[in-house]
Amino acid sequence: MPTITIDGVHYEVEQGKNLLESCLSLGLDLPYFCWHPAMGSIGACRQCAVVQYQNAEDTRGRIVMGCMTPVSDGAIFSLAGDKAQQFREAIVESLMLNHPHDCPVCAEGGECHLQDMTVMVGHRDRHYRGRKNTHRNQYLGPLINHEMNRCITCYRCTRYYRDYAGGTDLAAMAAHDHIYFGRHQEGVLQSEFAGNLVEVCPTGVFTDKSLVHDYTRKWDLQSAPSVCTGCAVGCNTMPGERYGRLKRVHNRFNAEVNGYFLCDRGRFGAGFVNSDKALEYPGLRQADGRYRALDHHEALLRMAQQCAQGRVAGIGSPRASVEANYLLRQLVGADNFAPGFSDTEQVLVSLALQLQADSAALVPDIATIESADAVLILGEDVTNTAPRIALALRQSVRNKAYELAAELKLETWQDAAIRNLAQHQRSPLFIAAVADTPLDDVATQCLYLAPASIAALGQAVAAGLGGGDSKAATDNAAGALPRAIQAEAAAITAALAGAKRPLVIAGTTCGSAAILRAAAEVASALCSGARQTMLCLCVPEANSLGQAILAGPDAPNLTTLQQRASAGEIDTLVVLENDLYRRGNEAQIDALLAACSQVIVLDGLDNATTSAANLVLPAANFAESEGTLVSLEGRAQRYFPVFQPQAERRAAWVWLLACLKEMERSEVYPLHHFDDITRACAADIPALAGITAAAPDLHYLNLGVKIPRQPARYSGRTAMRANISVHEPKQREDEETPLAFTMEGLNRDQPGALLPWVWAPGWNSNQSVHKFQTEAGGPLKGGTAGARLLHPGGSRNRTNTRPVAGDAAAENSGVSGAQPGLWQLVPRPRIFGSDELSAMSPALAELVSPGFIELCPADAAGLGIDTGDGVEVGDQLATLELRVNDSMAAGCAGYGAGLAGTGNLRALARVSLRRAETWQRRPGLIASDRGAGPGSSHV
Amino acid sequence: MSDRNSSATIPLLDDTETTLSAAEIAGIDAEIAHAPYRSAVAIDALKIVQAHRGWVSDESLRAIARHLHMSAAELDGIATFYNLIFRRPVGEKVILLCNSISCWIKGCEGLQQQITQQLGIGLGETTGDNRYTLLPVTCLGACDKAPVLMVGEDLHEDVDAQTLRQLFDNSGGGA
Repeated sequence: MPTITIDGVHYEVEQGKNLLESCLSLGLDLPYFCWHPAMGSIGACRQCAVVQYQNAEDTRGRIVMGCMTPVSDGAIFSLAGDKAQQFREAIVESLMLNHPHDCPVCAEGGECHLQDMTVMVGHRDRHYRGRKNTHRNQYLGPLINHEMNRCITCYRCTRYYRDYAGGTDLAAMAAHDHIYFGRHQEGVLQSEFAGNLVEVCPTGVFTDKSLVHDYTRKWDLQSAPSVCTGCAVGCNTMPGERYGRLKRVHNRFNAEVNGYFLCDRGRFGAGFVNSDKALEYPGLRQADGRYRALDHHEALLRMAQQCAQGRVAGIGSPRASVEANYLLRQLVGADNFAPGFSDTEQVLVSLALQLQADSAALVPDIATIESADAVLILGEDVTNTAPRIALALRQSVRNKAYELAAELKLETWQDAAIRNLAQHQRSPLFIAAVADTPLDDVATQCLYLAPASIAALGQAVAAGLGGGDSKAATDNAAGALPRAIQAEAAAITAALAGAKRPLVIAGTTCGSAAILRAAAEVASALCSGARQTMLCLCVPEANSLGQAILAGPDAPNLTTLQQRASAGEIDTLVVLENDLYRRGNEAQIDALLAACSQVIVLDGLDNATTSAANLVLPAANFAESEGTLVSLEGRAQRYFPVFQPQAERRAAWVWLLACLKEMERSEVYPLHHFDDITRACAADIPALAGITAAAPDLHYLNLGVKIPRQPARYSGRTAMRANISVHEPKQREDEETPLAFTMEGLNRDQPGALLPWVWAPGWNSNQSVHKFQTEAGGPLKGGTAGARLLHPGGSRNRTNTRPVAGDAAAENSGVSGAQPGLWQLVPRPRIFGSDELSAMSPALAELVSPGFIELCPADAAGLGIDTGDGVEVGDQLATLELRVNDSMAAGCAGYGAGLAGTGNLRALARVSLRRAETWQRRPGLIASDRGAGPGSSHV
Repeated sequence: MSDRNSSATIPLLDDTETTLSAAEIAGIDAEIAHAPYRSAVAIDALKIVQAHRGWVSDESLRAIARHLHMSAAELDGIATFYNLIFRRPVGEKVILLCNSISCWIKGCEGLQQQITQQLGIGLGETTGDNRYTLLPVTCLGACDKAPVLMVGEDLHEDVDAQTLRQLFDNSGGGA
């Protein structure tokens, strides 16, 4: 390790880092703007200037930029010297020339990196008396606010948006003192990761629009460590609350999962917490069909009564916590507990779990995905199903660039140089999908194939690598795999075989077990030699994997329950946080619910299932409760209540535990706290033994005190409820977690799973996270949050891994051959709308598209229909708008899975399609826009 | 990227958008033939279209972007960077009056006042008859002949009040 001298003090620093990183890692405050730990250095802002001396005799030195200067043994620098300090102050003053003095009305105020740096360099007096530049702001969609006057031209936004996230519609316009960062025309930012601009921008140009319109300063937000419930990736978040409303979601750094970035579903989708569909009181359906609000004691008594008599079955939920599901399973018994997946999904998630558990390949975390130097994606559109993985894959294709850089001995943080060096050269990324995906622009090759052909392609690649079932592969190669694709299979085989860290990705979205198996075969064929092979199988929801582990492969599915109910074997059905109408055909669910004499539903938002229930108990959402979720990489993570449940809502585990106690079930007598349930579950289900390690239990104290949810400057605690009483009540004590609903406590050096907010003296912005890291950009000092349940690369037995029985629908994807007059339904999920809860977020509502059917042009022409026409699917399964998609595989009909009107459609079903005769094409929304093209005249 | 905008099936603006003429496409394609990839000729393509149309409108810019397989934002970033790619309409001839150091010493400010007097336009403005647009420029590479200006394609050196009268008085422009 090189030793450098800074202001006369010797420090040992890490080889290969730049001086700025090293200073921050050493705890020295060196101001910066354009550098970002995830994006490297370009030396644009000149803010991190230091003086470097040639040798001990050199007294004059020269100014160098910290972020562009590699540390080398014996180097001598000065941060504190007058020359460096004056230079840095002058830089801030020049940046401030055109910056408005609008901090009091700026949404960034109080967590502004520019404010912090201005104070840090000691710049106080403005000498400039001229007129400031002003810009016109743009409408950038419902998520992000634009206030261009505040720009200091650090270029972080375009570097993030274009270079890091692959967006194409945000650019730097013009030159010198009128540079403008925006779109070519006003309009919605198209990147699925645009929301990170809010955190990337060091000042208030890009801010969270929903926060701007319902504003609270950072120091007035109550926050807790949380986990995103938008998909199965399990990104770590820090939601902030005030006045009982969720105000915003910020990224919580996790070196192995989300790093510094979230997707827009995660950042803006949590707004469903504030939805007016949130249930507030328990309700009982009366004979006349109306609901009567109940006192929660009465509701509980009724639930306990109904659960105590007759035969009870339960349906859990892959979007509910492990603990709540476990208690429901205890309540109804394992034989009567359905995990709450759709039938096909239940098979596929269990299969995905088994394949990953049995694989010799590494089950990678998201950061490890970035290290892949060759990637094959089979069938999964990760940008729309597990978005954060897509952002990681956009970094993985840059490994080619890093290889080229290593040959030239360029440091990895030399961002501009490395991008210039590599230009369009990328590591191989092959995508086989039913149609185009948003990752296609960085793919080496995209193959648009029917699901059976995707599986056959995977088998052919596995066979080419000397693994898999070569007979099946040969059969398929002859049948399902078109000759032209065979050459592509060979190319994919060669690229994967030549890689050091190959990665295979598939998922359950396609509805095909054959694709999952093919992916696992490719991965296992690659598991030889010195390769670090990775296998990532995506599952749909925040706790899908945990639910599959909890329920086990023998759990009844919805059809089984429906059959039992119809046979009169179920009296009471308890549904936990699950809208069953999203899981099965309407008719089937209707039959299930009608056959049970009592339906008890615990959920947070009003939905079709709560409407069909006899008794509804309002369950607290993720921001009001605690729970453990198991992400797609098998990482158990804990989320903590950000604020207390509003109205009569209680965490589902609270309702269920109280119900069990009311029923005098002795096995729950020892359970008092949330942690007790976690421990009981871990003891009961060996494969979940690791969940207790997801986060410290409620007895954890940080140097003797709890961890505060409120920052030290939290203000107005009396004022904010003065309309009720001017006497400030005692803050509620948190009896379930190591966090406190107060400002008192210590937010420093605690385990990573317990980080509610970031702040450090002099660092009010989110850049202060480096003070919580072992080194700038490195893991958190208290350790990385979460406990892995699937042991990376371990084929050791972990779960109850018996072969998962394939269900016919899921396995039949292998059967190829189009049937005339029938199309195969293939899910085409959307990042906004396909997820149940985030679609209810007001911010995302206008970005959610109505349901649709996608066909290739030839198929559409054959039906005599075009984009905008209506299509009737099957026998009145759905009537949806057609979108002609050039890339759609022939014979396949893509449908917007999870979107309105698609509830009856199931992956891989063969359906007839025909023109919907009564369909009315949707006109352009703005009447005055119609016919406003050239040639039209308006008098 | 994603289909965020596709929830409403408003006919896309592109349906009615301008297309490049055959001559423009031929010119741009000739440049592409010498380039490693299409977007490499962005500047040339902007110049070609500007040569045909006088300036580069938003519609023209999007047409070029489509032809070069690049995003409109990326091309706009390039177009707006160069002050000789005109993103607003200009007159038939653009007067580029140099205001860099040599020309400044030799009195370009007086010349600018005189042009304004003669043609009735300030910097960035176009005469009512659409003949001239007056723009400042930072160097025309003829400092030894300062002050200099360009009118259309023609460079005028050692410009004085007399030159300006000759140039613009009998032009009938604006005065």
